Amino acid sequence: MKIPYYPGCTLHERALDFDMASRECANALGVELEELPVWTCCGAVFPLTTDSVMDILAGVRNLAYASRMGDKVVTLCSFCYNVLKRSNKVIREDEEKREKANLFLKADTDERAEMESYLEQDYVGQVEVLHYIEMLRDVVGFDKVAKSLKTSLKGLRVAPYYGCMLLRPKKEMEFDDPERPTIFEDFLETLGCDVVDFPMKAECCGGFQIVRDEETAIACSQTVLSSAIKRDADLIITTCPLCLYNLDRKQKEMAKRVKGFTKIPVIYFTQLLGIALGIDEEHLDFSDNYVDPRPVLAGKKLV
Amino acid sequence: MASEMVTIYVMGKAYEVPHDLTIMKAMEYAGYRFIRGCGCRGAFCGACGTVYRTKDDYRLKVGLACQEMVQDEMYLTEIPFFPGNKATYNLDKLKPNSETVLKLYPEVFRCLSCNTCTKACPQDIEVMEYIQAALRGDIAKAADLSFDCLLCGLCAARCPAEIVQYNVALLCRRLYSSKIAPRAKDLEKRVKEMKRGKYDKEIAGLKSMKRRGLAELYEARDIEPAD
Repeated sequence: MKIPYYPGCTLHERALDFDMASRECANALGVELEELPVWTCCGAVFPLTTDSVMDILAGVRNLAYASRMGDKVVTLCSFCYNVLKRSNKVIREDEEKREKANLFLKADTDERAEMESYLEQDYVGQVEVLHYIEMLRDVVGFDKVAKSLKTSLKGLRVAPYYGCMLLRPKKEMEFDDPERPTIFEDFLETLGCDVVDFPMKAECCGGFQIVRDEETAIACSQTVLSSAIKRDADLIITTCPLCLYNLDRKQKEMAKRVKGFTKIPVIYFTQLLGIALGIDEEHLDFSDNYVDPRPVLAGKKLV
Repeated sequence: MASEMVTIYVMGKAYEVPHDLTIMKAMEYAGYRFIRGCGCRGAFCGACGTVYRTKDDYRLKVGLACQEMVQDEMYLTEIPFFPGNKATYNLDKLKPNSETVLKLYPEVFRCLSCNTCTKACPQDIEVMEYIQAALRGDIAKAADLSFDCLLCGLCAARCPAEIVQYNVALLCRRLYSSKIAPRAKDLEKRVKEMKRGKYDKEIAGLKSMKRRGLAELYEARDIEPAD
């Protein structure tokens, strides 16, 4: 089965490990992630101005590209998922913006008679934006995932970190309960892990504040980490490259600031899935993690 | 038979010109003498980027004055030079990745993907796509897609994010050719031979020849030598 795949800029260059692990896992589960032949940045942040169409064009154009390949598009980065899903909702529900956006996209090719228009029909929100974890649950099925497992993760205490962008705003994302989400818990139970519930799992990691106000972002991330550490987690999983950057890379700073700070590995959820599916460690690539997860995994005889 | 005449407006002033001229020829017909804004006359140099509009159309269009034919009621102006920002760098010290692009041209981050640049390109280059490729560090793709760029600057003139696309493209092509493209082994071999002086004698011989002998040699040259 092939599913159109939107990697996004970060997975294209900086989070290559996430991209590779996710493709490998999909292959092992009989799904080929088919990268859109043409795609651009999603816009990275969904615009808060409601009177501008230009700000959502990036998301809409990518969805229009995807509509040429199928009725779904899968993505992994929380920011891409957030922007694509919300842009799609605008197109589905706001008639005026739908018309304006389509007129704009049509003008892309108006003066290029020789070029085939990428919009054979209007983009009206016909593509379903799926997060990879939704693909595992709804397209592949957690039961099939369970049957494909090669390695038991029993005894590994894993804390699922959601962050903000997957969940909020609830009415637009319709992903899970933003206060008490459970989809990653269900996923981890499928893998046979010991799920560590922790109160900060849907709190903010500091996000882009890491660029202009490092102190604040580090404080946010540290709150998240200590909450999971207190509950004896062996490692934390996430799906957002920015969350991973703040939670993992910034432990270097935290260790300098806090006496007796315990480091904890943070990895992408598909890297963990890869271990359970028996995928070769080099295809999961833990070399980019600041806190190496391999000692913890080796302790459980998983690598 | 006299050519059919059309009216064009150059910087707002009306001129009657023959309909079968390019914009550049028509401007010369009208009395303009080009000191700048004209280069190769063959669509290679990008010196004659032109913005125009036709009657009853609100949209601005673009073209190269040496290629685009005049139309009746065409309003136009040449933009021979565009004062876009150009970063200074030492190519030897750069790495071919997005960080390099974004350090030198941070405004690339602001790309809205509106595609206005693509619509402004007289060379029909996928400008937005190459900027997006550069943004995500796909330097090879950015270099490839922008290969036909003439640096006329019309993309930058229209960009709401004030990106200087053509200079970003130039940087990507430089990064690609110096850091990513495979080295041409034949070229390296030949340069070594030249440095060793293998051809010195031959060059000296040519230099000492008379014009006629040179011409004969030129005429008799092997254009497509068999391997």
